[in-house]
Amino acid sequence: MALAHLTSSSRSNLLKPLATVLSYTDSFRRPISTSTDPLTIETSVPFTSHKCEPPSRSVETTPQELISFFRDMATMRRMEIAADSLYKAKLIRGFCHLYDGQEAVAVGMEAAITKKDCIITAYRDHCTFVGRGGTLLEVFSELMGRQAGCSNGKGGSMHFYRKDAGFYGGHGIVGAQVPLGCGLAFAQKYSKGETVTFALYGDGAANQGQLFEALNISALWDLPVILICENNHYGMGTAEWRASKSPAYYKRGDYVPGLKVDGMDALAVKQACKFAKEHVLRNGPIILEMDTYRYHGHSMSDPGSTYRTRDEISGVRQERDPIERIRKVILAHDLATEKELKDFEKEIRKEVDQAIAQAKESPMPEPSELFANVYVKGLGTEAFGADRKEVRAVLP
Amino acid sequence: MLGIIRQKAFAQSLQRIRPATSAWRGYSSAAKEMTVREALNSALDEEMSADPKVFLMGEEVGEYQGAYKISKGLLEKYGPERVLDTPITEAGFTGIGVGAAYYGLKPVVEFMTFNFSMQAIDHIINSAAKSNYMSAGQISVPIVFRGPNGAAAGVGAQHSHCYASWYASCPGLKVLAPYSSEDARGLLKAAIRDPDPVVFLENELLYGESFPVSAEVLDSSFCLPIGKAKIEREGKDVTITAFSKMVGYALKAAEILAKEGISAEVINLRSIRPLDRPTINASVRKTNRLVTVEEGFPQHGVGAEICASVIEDSFGYLDAPVERIAGADVPMPYAANLERMAVPQVEDIARAAKRACYRSVPMAAV
Repeated sequence: MALAHLTSSSRSNLLKPLATVLSYTDSFRRPISTSTDPLTIETSVPFTSHKCEPPSRSVETTPQELISFFRDMATMRRMEIAADSLYKAKLIRGFCHLYDGQEAVAVGMEAAITKKDCIITAYRDHCTFVGRGGTLLEVFSELMGRQAGCSNGKGGSMHFYRKDAGFYGGHGIVGAQVPLGCGLAFAQKYSKGETVTFALYGDGAANQGQLFEALNISALWDLPVILICENNHYGMGTAEWRASKSPAYYKRGDYVPGLKVDGMDALAVKQACKFAKEHVLRNGPIILEMDTYRYHGHSMSDPGSTYRTRDEISGVRQERDPIERIRKVILAHDLATEKELKDFEKEIRKEVDQAIAQAKESPMPEPSELFANVYVKGLGTEAFGADRKEVRAVLP
Repeated sequence: MLGIIRQKAFAQSLQRIRPATSAWRGYSSAAKEMTVREALNSALDEEMSADPKVFLMGEEVGEYQGAYKISKGLLEKYGPERVLDTPITEAGFTGIGVGAAYYGLKPVVEFMTFNFSMQAIDHIINSAAKSNYMSAGQISVPIVFRGPNGAAAGVGAQHSHCYASWYASCPGLKVLAPYSSEDARGLLKAAIRDPDPVVFLENELLYGESFPVSAEVLDSSFCLPIGKAKIEREGKDVTITAFSKMVGYALKAAEILAKEGISAEVINLRSIRPLDRPTINASVRKTNRLVTVEEGFPQHGVGAEICASVIEDSFGYLDAPVERIAGADVPMPYAANLERMAVPQVEDIARAAKRACYRSVPMAAV
C-alpha cells in the first residue's frame, strides 16, 4: 500500500455476524477491519474487450485493501483540492493540472503491481507520484518550488519522479511518455526481470502518431508494456468526439488487444491491471481504456465549464465518484462505520495541512542549484548565467 | 515616433477593438491603446476578411476561443471551414497545413507554444522551408506558423525554450518576433501576405501588454516590412539589440543608463531572419559598442550571429568587446528564484552596457 496509516492490527472477524446490530452502538465500538480475509466484490459494470477474453467481474479483495483504497483516494482528493487553493494564493506558479475524480486509476493500478513494475505518465501526475510512495511533503514542496520537493524545486508540477519506486515522471509534451514507456518495457525485457511498464496517456494524446509507432514496435518485439488511456473525455477544451474519429480507445490498437474499464471503480481498475500484467508478460502489449472523469478543468487556467455543463460535472460526482463508491462498499460490508470513515477524512485533512505547513518552511533552492544536474559528467565545461561575464560555473 | 507607454489599467482590457478600423480616424487627438492580444486578433480578422484563402488551424483556436484568446470571435465570424480545431497531433496537422499551402491556400498554423512545434519541425524545415528551392520555384509555401515562444512564468524546462535561433538558421524560412502592438499587427499582416513560410514568434507575457497605436497602425492596409529592424530609442554611446519581450527590458535599461550619463541606442530587431544587418552595423559604427540581448540559450544564438556580423563588417569601429546577454545555459528551472537567475533581467543589460562603456569591470574575469 502506498500510504502509511494508523489502523490497528487486531482481528475483528468474530464480531462480523453481530456487526449489523452493534455498529450503531458506541459502547460496542470494534476496531476498523484490517482483515486480510478474502472478500469478493463485483465490479459496477462488466469489462468490454477487444481481441481478448475479458477478466471476470468478480474481484478478490480484502477489508484491509478496501480501507486502504478509501484512505489513499481520500488523501489524493484532499491533496489536489489543497493544491487548488495554493495555486489561487499564488504559492504555486505556472501550470497545475489536477487529478481529482481520477483517483481510482492510480490507486487500483498500484493494488495490482509492485514497485519493481514501472509507471510513466503525462503532466497530471501528482496522485500517480503519491501512489508510487511519494510523500505529501515532497508534492507540496515541489509545487511551491522548494528544496524539499521531489525534484528539488527545479521540475514543478509536471515533472515529479521517483525512480527507486519505478515512477519515471511527469512529462509535459503530450504523447511523449508513451514511446518512453515502451522503452522502459524494452529494458525490462532485456534485463529479464518479470516486470512490466504502465504507460499512461489521455484521450487527447490517444491520436498522437508516436503512440502508434511505439505500439507497433512493442507488438513486433513482444514488449511487456500496458498502455493505459485515462479517458476523461476532454483533451483540454475539446471533447473526445471532436478530436477522435474513433473514441473507442481500447480498440485503437487494432491488432493489439484492449479492455474497456470503469475507471471510477478502483476494484475494476485493479482487476484489469492484474489481468494486463499477466497478459503482457506472455503476449506483448495491451491497451486498457479507463473510463474516468476530471472534476477540475484541464489546468488551473481553465475553468472547465466552457466546454461542458455544470450538470454533467455534478452528475458524475453524484453517480460515479470513486471515493463514494468505496465508502458504500465499506459500509455495505460493515468494514467500518460512517463515523470512522469521516474520522479518517479528518485525519487526512490534518496530514495534508501539516504537510503544507512543513513545505512552506522548506527554503527555496540555493543559487548554486541553478547549475546542478545539467550533466551527469560535466567534463569541466563552463555554463553561464544571463550575464556570462558575471555569473558562470564549472560543471563537474 | 511612438514612445512606449504602458498603463496597467488597460492591460486587462476587455474592450474589443473592432477590426473595421476606419471608424478610429475620427478620434485623432488621443493615442489609442491596444493590447498585443487585440493587435494579433484584429490582424488575423482583417487578413481573413481580405483573402478567402487564409484559414486558421490549431488546438483550441475555435470553440475555446484560443488557448490565449488570440483567435477570439473568429470561429463565430468565419465558420468552421476557416477556423479549425485540431486534435493534439502537431506532426499531423502541420503536415496538413503545409500540404494545403502547396496547393495554394494560405494557412495560419497555431502552435499552442513553440515547444510543441518540435513535434512538427520536420514539416517546417523539410516540407516548407526547402520546397521552393528544391522545386526551382514551382512549389511555394505561403504559410505562417505562429504561437508563443520562449519563457513564460514558472512553466518549467519543457515549456520555456526559445526557438528563434533554431528557425532563423534555416534558409527558406522567414522568422519574425514582434514586441509592441504595432509590431504584432504590422508583422502578422506582412507574414500572412508573404508568399514564403514565416515563423512568427509571439510571447505569452506580452499578450496582455498595452501599447499606443496610431490611426495608421489601425488601418486594415497597415503592414510592416519584413527584414527591417526598428530603432526604438536613439542613442550615441552603445547599441543594444533585442527582440520580443527583451525590447521592453532594453528600454528600461536605457532609462537607467541615461541617468548615469550613458546614451543607449535600442534596436528592436522585429525580424530575426532576414536579420537587418545594415541597421545593426550602422548603429554600431555610430556608437562603437554592442550589447546583444535575447531570452534564448547563448550558444549559437541570435546574439552570436549579430556579434559575428558586426565583427565581420564593422571590426574597426568597435571600441570594446561585444557583450551578449542571454538566457542561462541550463534547462529552465521551476523555482522562482532560480527562474529569475535563468532569464535576463534589466540590471544584466545595464551592467553589460556599462562594461562596454568601460564603466565597470566584470566580476568573473578570466
